[in-house]
Amino acid sequence: MLAAERTPMKSARWLVPLLACAAVLLIAIAGNPRARPSGPEPKILRIAMNTGDLPTTTGAPTQGLEGMRFAGYPVFEPLVMWDLRVTDRPPGVIPWLATDWAVDPADHNRWIFHLRRGVTFHDGAPFDADVVVWNFRRFFDPKAPQYEASAAAVAKARASVLKGWEKIDDHTVAITTTTPTSYFPEILTSVLLVSPARWREAGGDWHEFARRPAGTGAFRVEAVDRTVIRLRRNPHYWNTARSAKLDGIDLYAMAEPTTRIAALRSGEVDWVENPPADAIPFLKRNGYQVVTSPMPHVWAYFLRVTPDSPFHDVRVRQAINYAMDRQGIVTLLNGAAQPAKSFWKPGDVRYGHPVNDYRYDPATSLRLLRDAGYPHGLPTPVKVLTAPVASGQMLSLPMNELLQQSARKAGFKLEFVVVEGNQMSALYNNPKSPKMAAVYAVNKGYNTGEMTYLYFWLYPPNLAAYEDPVAKRMMDAYRVNFDPTKETAILATLHERLVDDAPMAWVVHDVNPRAFSPNVRGYTPAQSWYTDLTTVDLAR
Amino acid sequence: MLQFILRRIVQTIPILFGVSLITFALVHLMPGTIADSLVPPGAPAHLRDEINRIYGLDKPLWEQYFLWLKQLLSGNFGISLVTGRPIGDELAAALFNSLKITSIAAVVGFSLGTLFGVLAALNNGRWPDKVFSLLAITGVSVPPFWFAILLVAVFAFTLNWLPAQGMGPEGLPVSWAQWRHMILPIATLSLIPMGVVGRVVRAATLEVLSQEFVTALNAKGLTGPVVREHIARNAAPTVLAVMGLQFGHLIGGSILVETVFNWPGTGKLLNLAIFSGDIPTIQATVLVLSVVFVMLNLAVDAAQAAIDPRMRR
Repeated sequence: MLAAERTPMKSARWLVPLLACAAVLLIAIAGNPRARPSGPEPKILRIAMNTGDLPTTTGAPTQGLEGMRFAGYPVFEPLVMWDLRVTDRPPGVIPWLATDWAVDPADHNRWIFHLRRGVTFHDGAPFDADVVVWNFRRFFDPKAPQYEASAAAVAKARASVLKGWEKIDDHTVAITTTTPTSYFPEILTSVLLVSPARWREAGGDWHEFARRPAGTGAFRVEAVDRTVIRLRRNPHYWNTARSAKLDGIDLYAMAEPTTRIAALRSGEVDWVENPPADAIPFLKRNGYQVVTSPMPHVWAYFLRVTPDSPFHDVRVRQAINYAMDRQGIVTLLNGAAQPAKSFWKPGDVRYGHPVNDYRYDPATSLRLLRDAGYPHGLPTPVKVLTAPVASGQMLSLPMNELLQQSARKAGFKLEFVVVEGNQMSALYNNPKSPKMAAVYAVNKGYNTGEMTYLYFWLYPPNLAAYEDPVAKRMMDAYRVNFDPTKETAILATLHERLVDDAPMAWVVHDVNPRAFSPNVRGYTPAQSWYTDLTTVDLAR
Repeated sequence: MLQFILRRIVQTIPILFGVSLITFALVHLMPGTIADSLVPPGAPAHLRDEINRIYGLDKPLWEQYFLWLKQLLSGNFGISLVTGRPIGDELAAALFNSLKITSIAAVVGFSLGTLFGVLAALNNGRWPDKVFSLLAITGVSVPPFWFAILLVAVFAFTLNWLPAQGMGPEGLPVSWAQWRHMILPIATLSLIPMGVVGRVVRAATLEVLSQEFVTALNAKGLTGPVVREHIARNAAPTVLAVMGLQFGHLIGGSILVETVFNWPGTGKLLNLAIFSGDIPTIQATVLVLSVVFVMLNLAVDAAQAAIDPRMRR
């Protein structure tokens, strides 16, 4: 009886708080959560990086070159720097924390750098030769208290020719190499300098330092948590000609392309790296800016030239270069790429005059194969090692499927060994692995902006077993040439040789698409992996 | 009861030891090392060897295992090879972030699942049964990452009510700025538990309803709450076991959802560690997730034993 009488009341008692909660939730959701107080707002650019995690803020950023782009150069600076305001040609190396430098005429392994005076770190500590020496010990001296193994690993890989360093006076340092290396200043662009005083203040702990780091850059790190790095303008920046226009930048890591696009479309960020190709037409139609910069990144096949490989014969290597439908790939990517005939582009002063002008030409490919003794095309399939997701891989699976079709008409049957990115690295580092049997090509993105990488790939011994005495002689000549007037001529000759000797099948140049909200201004499309964020502004 | 729990705790020790061994072995079956991630392709081979030496990856596997175990037993998870941060800190933060959404998703999913399951069973064969069963099947069948994208498309793009990604401010969820980031991930994550629990509750309830003691209770004139309590007590062990497993899956298996919503939890941490070859982080994360899973099962066993004394034997 009682239960029957109390049931409606019980229901009502449950219902009231339930409805109240629902009402509060609806009001909260329907209200504008992004409403901001009136008055001038700081101009904070919000960037969605194409990285899985936030780069470290220790001056040795993780997350590859993208980490360097956003959490490296804007905060920490090297002795010499890429000139990222040049857009009509690949950037050269310009004075930065060093005002000038020269190789010792008597010893080409010794470089002298004169340091800029009056530069201070974000913590107010002065920049001088002791700081430079301390920073080099951080990366290259395992006995130094500031030695950081994880940062050292990357630094050593990039600057493998570095041998030693010495303070000459408060504003001059000498750096030595193991072998004469004319492009050594390029290598030094990757060694960023941090404040030793701040590191000591952090108790000599790099993890603590990362929470409140100090560099000399146009932006300082205001806060770091697990989801965002907040950079704010450095009001005391030494390079007044390149002071930041923005008040700050918030960096978010978003590895998933749909997440980046979702964040842009819902107004959570203003800038996304590498929007997926199929989203580009939609973004353009809806008023977003989609910009490209011809970055030095080639998506290619590295051809293994061991005696058992069909690519041991230069005619087969040239043939596969005529079997690639590059324009088809550009169409597939909605224009977010350019056809690649070689490392560099026609018009580049280093391009030279190679005999071969690679384009999709099945007839030429078949003729070359016939000349090489394959009258009906290559009889055995060519296995290509590739990874769907890895640094520089672009959209490797659909791109390879398209190439598979185009190459078939040109006498090549391509088959793919698809593995995870780390596994790919492990496999091509171990060519004797059973899984590498009959793998004659590795599909991989490649940095053409730094000579170090050219040497890594093509100077013997190298992974592709490529060893052309003519190219090697030219590379030696470039390495020991310290006369800038001869530099271009040597590179052009080397380039001509490499294009015609075809140790790779070049497919496309990446143009690194970026999408911005309509109020982003002042982007400088440098021909580089990096970008100058000091020119960027936000329209109010 | 106490003896039962202590016995189960002792039984977990060899399980955890086995888990550590399997985790270590599986991680080291992966091809390549951190050196393959750090060193540019084509860089001199000695650099790769040097990096392996720096991180102790050149030591025999058994030695690496015992060093790792020794480190673990002293409460030290080591340092991430990629970020240089202490793994313990990273893992604690990631686990906390995952629990923020998974615990609420579990409550939502289990509550809705139980409600739908009971209503479906009590209306067996009628239209409510069909509707609730359809909801449960939808929950089990719809891929969570697809549902996540759908929710983002509706609530972030079209209506612009909720953020598409991210976690908002760190810490306990006490502000709207935090809750607004949690709603879509919770809705996505609660879908599968709702479906699974709904189906199990329906089946378990129907099974209990068909037993003779229910007929006997009804014959004695008992109806309503008394009978429902008997049904619940008899169906609970099965449902609790499924809930325990589902909660474990939520914590450890939310990689896709955390990736779509850019949520810095254990799923995302594990995903990143795998793709960057960060072996100590993979080992620590898998081990901790396994421990959570084992502990959850222990809690479920204890709860089952509390409900049904026969389970203590």
